[in-house]
Amino acid sequence: MAKEITGTTWTVYDSDTLTQAEIYGRVLCDLGDRYPEIVGLSADLANSTKIGNFGKKFPDRFFNVGIAEQNLFGIAAGLAKSGMLPFVSTMAAFATMRAGEQVRTDICYQNLDVKIIATHGGVSFGPAGSTHHCTEDIAITRAFPNMTVIVPADGVETANAVKACIDRGGPVYIRIGRGFEPPYYRDENYGFEIGKAVEIAPGTDLTIIACGITVREAAEAARILKETDGLSVRVLNMHTIKPLDEAAVLKAVEETRRIITFEDHNVLGGLGSAVADVIAASGKGCAFEKVGIPDCFAIVGYPEDLYSYYSLDANAITDKVREVMGRDFEEDEDWEDEV
Amino acid sequence: MPVSEDEVKKLKVKAKEIRKDIIDTTLAAGGAHIGGALSMVEIMTILYHKYLNIRPDQPDWKDRDRVVVSKGHAGVGIAPVLAGKGYFKKDALSTFNQFQSKFGMHLDSLKVDGVDVSTGSLGHGLSMAVGLALGASLQKKPWKTYCILGDGECNEGSVWEAAMSASHYKITNLITFVDRNRLMIDGATEEIMGIEPFADKWRAFGFAVREIDGHDFTQLSRAIDKALETTGAPWVIICNTVKGKGVSFMENEVKWHYGSMNSTLADQAKADVDNAI
Ligand SMILES: Cc1ncc(C[n+]2csc(CCOP(=O)(O)OP(=O)(O)O)c2C)c(N)n1
Repeated sequence: MAKEITGTTWTVYDSDTLTQAEIYGRVLCDLGDRYPEIVGLSADLANSTKIGNFGKKFPDRFFNVGIAEQNLFGIAAGLAKSGMLPFVSTMAAFATMRAGEQVRTDICYQNLDVKIIATHGGVSFGPAGSTHHCTEDIAITRAFPNMTVIVPADGVETANAVKACIDRGGPVYIRIGRGFEPPYYRDENYGFEIGKAVEIAPGTDLTIIACGITVREAAEAARILKETDGLSVRVLNMHTIKPLDEAAVLKAVEETRRIITFEDHNVLGGLGSAVADVIAASGKGCAFEKVGIPDCFAIVGYPEDLYSYYSLDANAITDKVREVMGRDFEEDEDWEDEV
Repeated sequence: MPVSEDEVKKLKVKAKEIRKDIIDTTLAAGGAHIGGALSMVEIMTILYHKYLNIRPDQPDWKDRDRVVVSKGHAGVGIAPVLAGKGYFKKDALSTFNQFQSKFGMHLDSLKVDGVDVSTGSLGHGLSMAVGLALGASLQKKPWKTYCILGDGECNEGSVWEAAMSASHYKITNLITFVDRNRLMIDGATEEIMGIEPFADKWRAFGFAVREIDGHDFTQLSRAIDKALETTGAPWVIICNTVKGKGVSFMENEVKWHYGSMNSTLADQAKADVDNAI
C-alpha cells in the first residue's frame, strides 16, 4: 500500500526562486518529520547538494562522512540493512563512478532501500570540465539490476520524484542538475508516476522523447514548430528511464513513426539507447535519432552554451526536427507485413 | 642547499605576482576555487622557480620533472604559474571557464601545456604519481615526481592505498606535499572528518614526514632538500597553510573555498597581497 503524502506542495513560485537541489533539500526536511527512519548522508557536499538542510534540521540523523564516496555508499547500505531509510547526495560523477561498485554491489545487489539524489548531472557544471561532468550516469545506473532511474525535468518534478521514491521499494537514483535550470512545470499536479511518461504536447508527425533539462526545451520547440512549420510534434517527458514506459514509446512508433530523443548524456547508453531497445524489439519501422553528448568528453563552458553547442536547446531541437522530417523515410501504412 | 636570503626575496616577489594573477583569473572566470589556490602558492612557487627541471618551450620533454596537483580544483592556482613560466601567454587566462576555453576549473592535461595529469576528482593524484615514479625508476630516469594533496582530500581511502604502495615499492623519487589548510567545503577538516593524528598516519604508512610552515620558503626548501637527498622511504611534507592566504577577507574563511569577485573586490584583494610583508 502506498503511503499517502500530503502537506507541502511545490509550485512554479518555488521553482522560479529555488534550484532543483534547494527544493529537494526542503522536501527532504518535510519527509524527515513524517519518516523518522530517514537518515541523510553526504561527502563534503552537504551545502551544494542541499541535503545539508536536512542535516541542520535533524543533526542526529545526518552523516557528513568527509570526502569519501565509497565509504559514503557503504555506510548507507549498512544503515539500510539496519532498518533506516538513507537518502544520499553527492555529485553524479562521484555517486555513479567513484562509488559505482558500492552502489551496485552493496546497494543494488542487496536490493536495499537507498535513495540517491545526485546533483551536477550531465554538463550542468559546465565550466568545471570533464572531471565534474557526468554524461555516463544514466547508462551506468540503468545497467544495475533493481535500480530505478529518474531524471526530473525541473524542481517541481524533483519534488514529486523525491516524494514518490519513498514508496518505491529498493534503490532509486534521481539525477538533478547544478541549479539554475529553468522550471517547466507550473505546479505538482500533472500526474507524476514513476515509470509513466507524461505527454506534455500532443502530436502526430513526430515524437520527441526528452528527460531532464531537455523537457522544457522540447516543449518550446514543439510550440515553435507548430506555429512556423505547421508541424504536429508530440513531446514525452520520459522522467523515468528505468523502468521505461515502453507502451508510450510503442504508441509513438505506431502513431508518429518518427522519434528523436534529447538528453544531457552520452548518446551511448542513456535515454536514447533505452528507447532504441524498445523500437528495435518492436520490429516496426521508425525514423529515429538520438541527440545528446556525442560520445566525447564535453567541452568547457556555461551550461546554456553547452546545451546549444550539443543541440539540446529549443533552437537546436527545432532544427533537428526539421531535419528528421525532411529525411526520406518510407512510410508504410501496413504494419501487418512487418515482423 | 637551503634558499639564500636573496632567493627568498625573489621568491616572495614571484609569489605576490602569482597571487595577483590568481585573483585576476578568478575575476575573469566568474568564480574559482581561490581559497585552496592561494594556500598552495608558496609550494607552487618554490617548485616552479627553484626545483623543477622543466622546459616550458618543450612541454612534452621526456626527462622533465612531473607535477601532479591532486587537489585539481585548485586549477586557478596552477594555470597562472604555468603562464608565468611561459607555457602559454598570460592573456589566455582571461578565457578561464569560458565557452570552448582550454581552461576549465579542473585542468585538462590534453589541452593545457605543462599539466602532466588531469585531476579534479579527489584522491586520484597520488596513485598516478606513484605510477609516474615507478615508471621513472623502471626506465632508470633521474626525473622526480611531485604531488600536492589537499588535507580534506586525505579523507579518500584511495590516498592511503597509494601511500601504502609508495612505501611498499620503496618509492623515493616522489615527494608528496599536503596543503594542510584545515578547511574543506563544508567546514573544518577536524569537524567534518578528522584526520589527526595526521603525521602519525603517514608514519604508520611508512613515510618520512616533515611538518613545516607551508608559506615559509626557507622551511620548504630545507624539507625538499632533505627529501631529495634521503633514499630510505617516501617523503611527505605536511605544509601548514592558511586557506585564502594573502587576502585578509579570505583567510581561514570556508566560504572562500569557491568564490567570485567583482572588480572592486578584486582590487581590494590585490592591494592586500601588495601590502603583505
Ligand atoms: C572525489 C571528489 N569528491 C568531491 C569533490 C568535490 N570537492 C571539490 S574541492 C572539495 C574539498 C577539498 O578540500 P581540500 O582537499 O582540503 O582542498 P582545499 O581546502 O585545499 O581546497 C570537494 C569535496 C571532488 N572534487 N572530488
